[in-house]
Amino acid sequence: MIEIKNLHAKVDGKDILKGVDLTIRPGEVHAIMGPNGAGKSTLSYVLAGRDGYEVTDGSVTYYGKDLLAMEPEERAAEGVFLAFQYPVEIPGVANTTFLKTAINAIRKHRGEKELDAMQFLKLLREKTKALGMSDEMLKRAVNVGFSGGEKKRNETLQMAVLEPKFAILDETDSGLDIDALKIVAEGVNALRSPERSMLVITHYQRLLDYIVPDYVHVLAAGRVVKSGGKDLALELEKNGYRDFGVDEAA
Amino acid sequence: MTTSLFSTRGADPTTAPAFLAPLEGRDAALDGSALPVVADLRARGRARFAAVGLPTVKNEAWRYTNLRELAKQTIGPVGDSAATPVDRLPTVRRDGAGPRLVFVDGRFRADLSTIQGLPTGVLLTDFASACRDHADLVAAHLGRLASADDRPLVALNSADLTDGVVLRVGAGVAVADPIELVYVTVGREGVTASSHPRALIVLETGARAVLVEHHISQGGAAVLSNHVAEITIGEGATLHHCKVQRENDATFHLSHIAASVATNGVYDNFILTLGARLSRNEVVSALDGRDARTHVSGGYMVRGHQHADISTIIDHAQPNGTSREVYKGVIDDHGRAAFQGKIIVRPHAQKTDGHQLNRALLLSDSAEIDAKPELQIFADDVKCSHGCTVGELDDDALFYLRARGIDKETARGLLIGAFLADVLDEIAETTVRDAFQGCIAGWLEEQR
Repeated sequence: MIEIKNLHAKVDGKDILKGVDLTIRPGEVHAIMGPNGAGKSTLSYVLAGRDGYEVTDGSVTYYGKDLLAMEPEERAAEGVFLAFQYPVEIPGVANTTFLKTAINAIRKHRGEKELDAMQFLKLLREKTKALGMSDEMLKRAVNVGFSGGEKKRNETLQMAVLEPKFAILDETDSGLDIDALKIVAEGVNALRSPERSMLVITHYQRLLDYIVPDYVHVLAAGRVVKSGGKDLALELEKNGYRDFGVDEAA
Repeated sequence: MTTSLFSTRGADPTTAPAFLAPLEGRDAALDGSALPVVADLRARGRARFAAVGLPTVKNEAWRYTNLRELAKQTIGPVGDSAATPVDRLPTVRRDGAGPRLVFVDGRFRADLSTIQGLPTGVLLTDFASACRDHADLVAAHLGRLASADDRPLVALNSADLTDGVVLRVGAGVAVADPIELVYVTVGREGVTASSHPRALIVLETGARAVLVEHHISQGGAAVLSNHVAEITIGEGATLHHCKVQRENDATFHLSHIAASVATNGVYDNFILTLGARLSRNEVVSALDGRDARTHVSGGYMVRGHQHADISTIIDHAQPNGTSREVYKGVIDDHGRAAFQGKIIVRPHAQKTDGHQLNRALLLSDSAEIDAKPELQIFADDVKCSHGCTVGELDDDALFYLRARGIDKETARGLLIGAFLADVLDEIAETTVRDAFQGCIAGWLEEQR
């Protein structure tokens, strides 16, 4: 279980999160919606442990542990996964090398035996096939020269390989056409399980047609201002974020 | 061919006696003394170095590399290295059984060397044997490309000219296997033992060879290794010359390579610098024939309080020459690096194509690099470019890797390895590339 309590965070000296409360139980999919500047991406980076995001108050308890006290790699090893809005290009590091290093780091942390080259390739073939990714994409440097859709598929592949307990999907729909969105959403849905929680961060309702959440929360001005079931997303689609004091047209 | 990297301004003659003292009274006993060319060069080197001493930072060519610490050392002769056991000899060969000459503290060790497996037409021998058996070859090439007048450290090398390697590849002969030279420094307690090996390398018309140099230390003693190589590339000949320096961090490693490339010849040089307290690699490649090519490249990895200097001169003296120069460096802790890259295009050298790139990665706030590209172009129909970048590790990439469970040090290692990966592609020989890749991996492993 993940419990976010009264979370306050600053970026560059500016208060962005101003008391976020959220509880996510195993198997649940929560969506966070909100206008630009509400603090959606800040929340995802704070949970993943990025430098430069200063938590000034509140707590995040992750299966009984203090998540905020952990280094980013410890959080990942404990099962936190952030699917990046803008996956980073890393020239010179092959996608396979990256994935193998990551999975073995996590297995080591869990006290499991590291995979050898053959075992790893077998696992990778299985997962890539399901996502319709080519071997060529695996040989290339991480995200270098990937289209927007390929980058998001690569994020989904990493999630499938690393099998997190808690996945945060930051604006996974941004930059995707509808076909790419469907493929990514299918990949994500295939990973839904009673043990795995997800936090889906999005500006638009569209993604939630494909990844249907159990709960929807509205984040505005650094706080969760409304929570509800999946119907709340439809309501937001119709009325926009005006009800929460935000006029996006302005 | 006189390309002066050095003038007598900015040198300190008071430093000279300490370096010349270990040579006193050894003349008659030295190998090759019977050859006038050797005796002359020693005398000239001694006189020249006595007059100038070590260069100082007041000299433009030495502005970024300060030999002050070297001047403070108590310089002594090398010990009796003839019987020093050597634990391990590096090689790029997987079978470990190729032609290889081994030098301990600059002295040739026949017992550790092998010249098997060379085709006919190849002479690979030590300096003393060459003076005895191939006096004409030595007379024709010694001191021809590296001038003791121009450079104090060449003068010092000449003053103590005792040992080294002579390699001649005959016309049309291609040596497929890498020829390896292993320089092991052992040194002595209490003094900084100085050695001054010389290499004379001659590729005759159409010859081809791959030469790999390993420079390592056995133990932690401080030494001064002061190398000079004179390399003659004949018409249409190709030499791939690769060097890896992994000496201990008390060592002063100085090296001057002077190459002259004839028509259609190729001189290809790659230097990987990992070791030494202070190192300076000077590479002067002169395209003295039409359509000649040279390719000088390398990687330098500096940490602790190490200092690494790469100073190159590409001298386009004839038309249609091509030069390509790519260096990449990684500097951590209080490390310092200096890169000086000069490209000269002489008035006659039309249609020259010259390209230079130096990229450095600074891993700490106290790491430093000085970079000075310098183009001197006197012809009007040429293509010449240079580029220089200094950057840091990409924080976004580092976070991305860590967010996937990869610990910080491993993530840094991946990114540093990635930064250096493409410079290794400059090495044409796969076996050498793989071996050098292994040296870099070892460096990264120690970094953790």
